[in-house]
Amino acid sequence: MYSFSFHRPKTLAEAASIQGGLEEPKLLGGGMTLVPTLKQRLARPSDLIDLSQIPELKGIRETAEGLEIGAFARHAEVAASDLVRRTIPALADLAGHIGDRQVRNLGTMGGSIANADPAADYPAAVLALKSTVKTDRREIDGDAFFTGMFETALEPAEIVAAVRYQRPGKAAYAKFRNPASRYAVVGVFVAVFGSEVRVAVTGAAGSVFRATELESALAADFRPEALEGITVQRDDLNADIHASADYRAHLVTVMAKRAVVACG
Amino acid sequence: MPTTVTMTVNGKTVSREVEERTLLVNFLRDKIGLTGTHVGCDTSQCGACVVHLDGNAIKSCSILAVQAEGASVTTIEGLAAADGTLHPMQAAFKEHHGLQCGYCTPGMVMSAVDLAKRNPSLTEQQVRQGLEGNICRCTGYHNIVKAVLAGADAMQAGAGERQPAEMAAD
Repeated sequence: MYSFSFHRPKTLAEAASIQGGLEEPKLLGGGMTLVPTLKQRLARPSDLIDLSQIPELKGIRETAEGLEIGAFARHAEVAASDLVRRTIPALADLAGHIGDRQVRNLGTMGGSIANADPAADYPAAVLALKSTVKTDRREIDGDAFFTGMFETALEPAEIVAAVRYQRPGKAAYAKFRNPASRYAVVGVFVAVFGSEVRVAVTGAAGSVFRATELESALAADFRPEALEGITVQRDDLNADIHASADYRAHLVTVMAKRAVVACG
Repeated sequence: MPTTVTMTVNGKTVSREVEERTLLVNFLRDKIGLTGTHVGCDTSQCGACVVHLDGNAIKSCSILAVQAEGASVTTIEGLAAADGTLHPMQAAFKEHHGLQCGYCTPGMVMSAVDLAKRNPSLTEQQVRQGLEGNICRCTGYHNIVKAVLAGADAMQAGAGERQPAEMAAD
């Protein structure tokens, strides 16, 4: 690991202002991606800003429309939260299947979405659950948050404070996970809001996306059979040692069917 | 730039000068001399380095010592009682031979204690799933699972008379 300076601000305002004079600061959430990245010398920040001591980033609250989850909520906390399990159980289920127990005890929701790993789980929830991302300076529509592989609408030094998720009528997340890393080879989050069906897909392309072909089929007929013979048509699907692009396209439909079944 | 980090380890307050980039596992092993916590893969996969941070199992190779400033850490050395009486989970690993080479054992035991604390009545399936973050390269899982189930039962039976070091660290 290259050396760096370490800061532990106590407020969001301090975390924002501290970055001003620094050469190449990097925000530290749970560190489940950043620390291994540093260990491999794949990043060389001048400073780490540890966000763990900021009360404004914590807590899970019920809102009129659903839930507001603080950016520093650990995956294990979301998975075990009675409020989340009661309000949006699919979200608790998603959080409970990230990495392993030890990773879930440190990893944070804000870290997951700010990093925007193409195979991360939370981005699928952000897109499926009509969410709003609150930062230290503005609100960003969840639909416009992810802009590419490891890229988001966040400006340099902008800090994710919380995400507001809308409570769907029903929802489920189905993941075909890599058995070693537990990242999604393909993960599909299906959420139903009245007559609207949202199908968000992670792991399959460079960035999370909505499978509009599947959405319209399910809006007309919300049964797994309705997806028979429908495959996402995209030329940017990932192909790697774990799965070819064709196989991922196939998995998107299979995982969507499983999610529809799990919706009950 | 060296900095001073202070935390509670196995019930005792410790303070050492470290570099910001020092990992918690290296802090525990090299600065405090607690070498029971092992480094296996060093890539957050294997779980040989599992310790409890404020009561939760974490992989100490994937967190900086400075992130644990002010926290309470329990390592494998903190499980047994002061008189050397083994923690029920340690005793169960011994009884059921839940180890082969022993390298993964400290992490297995620490994860198992965390798992048993959260689930009063563990099933074999829950143990197998709950230990997914711990790898035994001898593949001695069968006896490990037996040991965890027995250890969890023993912890339940002994609830109310918990070990002092562990209690202090919670």
